Amino acid sequence: MQDDAIISISHLSKVYPSGFTALNDISLTIKRGEIFALLGPNGAGKTTLISILCGLVNPGPGELKVDGLDVIRDYRAVRKMIGLVPQEIAISMFETVWATVKLTRGLYGKKPDDVYLEKLLRSLSLWDKKNNKLMTLSGGMKRRVLIAKALSHQPKVLFLDEPTAGVDVELRRDMWQMIRELKDDGVTIILTTHYIEEAEDMADRVGVINKGRIVLVEEKAELMKKLGKRELVLELPSPLSNLPATIQIDGLDLSPDGNKLTYTYDTRSDYGEIGRVMRTLYEHGIEFRDLHTSQSSLEDIFVSLVSGNDATDATPGDAK
Amino acid sequence: MNIQAIKAIYGFEIHRTLRTWKQSIVSPVLSTSLYFIVFGSAIGSRMMDIDGVSYAAFIVPGLILLTILVESINNAAFGIYMPRFTGTIYEILAAPISAFEIVIAYVGAAATKSVVLGLIILLTARFFVDFSIVYPLWMLAFLVLISVTFCLFGFILGVWADGFERLQIVPMMVVMPLTFLGGSFYSISMLPGIWQTVALFNPVVYLVNGFRWSFYGVSDVNAAFSLSMIFLFMLVCLGVIWWIFKTGYKIKV
Repeated sequence: MQDDAIISISHLSKVYPSGFTALNDISLTIKRGEIFALLGPNGAGKTTLISILCGLVNPGPGELKVDGLDVIRDYRAVRKMIGLVPQEIAISMFETVWATVKLTRGLYGKKPDDVYLEKLLRSLSLWDKKNNKLMTLSGGMKRRVLIAKALSHQPKVLFLDEPTAGVDVELRRDMWQMIRELKDDGVTIILTTHYIEEAEDMADRVGVINKGRIVLVEEKAELMKKLGKRELVLELPSPLSNLPATIQIDGLDLSPDGNKLTYTYDTRSDYGEIGRVMRTLYEHGIEFRDLHTSQSSLEDIFVSLVSGNDATDATPGDAK
Repeated sequence: MNIQAIKAIYGFEIHRTLRTWKQSIVSPVLSTSLYFIVFGSAIGSRMMDIDGVSYAAFIVPGLILLTILVESINNAAFGIYMPRFTGTIYEILAAPISAFEIVIAYVGAAATKSVVLGLIILLTARFFVDFSIVYPLWMLAFLVLISVTFCLFGFILGVWADGFERLQIVPMMVVMPLTFLGGSFYSISMLPGIWQTVALFNPVVYLVNGFRWSFYGVSDVNAAFSLSMIFLFMLVCLGVIWWIFKTGYKIKV
């Protein structure tokens, strides 16, 4: 499994000089070539974790390795592998797109490569803006520039810290597409986001961090399966005053107006359960005029995990 | 060593200077030329020689230094302060570049600009004042050393400053007065008794006199001692910068 891991974090903590504990005994492994979504409320520790890995914040106790190399001892080799798209739009407003992207490539020790940079800017629809000063670009374009800078040195690992915050829907879709293409090229992507649908749409695995602790790390599909709820809603032709007492099915509820029956069930449960519900209703002469099913979103799962963590103050543990 | 990174930062900073050439080059050359016209050509013609050097020529090294000190501090301070102010410092910190390389790049770019500026002012002075340089290589050595040292000092200032006001306080309220009082316009032997001793506590006296010695071979203090003082100040600045990167002071938490 070690060869499979591009990032290994072991028992990492970080306490800021103010006394605030941003990270508390975090252990986490990121697999090579995956898209990993790190979710968490504001102040959960997402940005601190990314900042430590990228060298922006000094780490506390613990061990951090990227591709088997220590982030402090082997900082040059580690940082060459990493690209970062920060949360804030931090760019030199008076410089041109071309100059700023070229600067970043140089900072990472790469020789100038105008052909690659042209290809990169074209892929981000920035080529025709290459001589424009950054201050003249729209917010979405500036964010594209940040991505171009992060990719200018062809990193193996890309950190995207809230990449689509404040970005319009069209640009967000473009970015998602670009992220998928990077994954196809073998780049490992670690994404922090508030947009749950972003993680739901793209991530291979999801990690939830709250109050500096990793609450859960799981394959997205597995997480949805484990913690996701399904609902079967039956719309009745005429309202029921109440459910017959002889119907004893857990999770089956009548709406207050008597027009809908809702059956909530676990995605792990046997699909035969639905058949049993339908048969029982039929036997009691309850008909329906329409039905539909829905599945809980990652957002619902995230909220339930974080609120559960708040209530129980979960103990830290290794997450692989 | 990450040579590409040094080249990238150095080139970026030089480009910033060229982009703002009116403010960066023309403005200091013009204001120093005015000093040459007023104090050199106009008033200087009515002043007596000092140590066998005409007054107009006597003030040339001091006036060059006045500009070099202020510009060196400003260039280096803005060079590192602006990335901190705009947040772009993140890409310097995240890059595979050592503290030593960061300092070489920023201070190197700022010092290059100061040396070029000093040489332009030197050439400009020739239009207004007749002077010669006895030790041109020493003159160049002093110019480079003083530029580098004060760029290091400016770098510290740029890290320390929390706002534009703080950036301006040291060059305008400390360095400028010390330069004026450090013998740029007079020989400290012209001062009354006790003030000659007081003047020796002004570090700029050693810079001005060392630089002036390279021009005319005359100085209020020993030139070797002047050189030692510059090296000492450079070592102090390097020590402070080493501490900044070791502790992450105002750069990294």
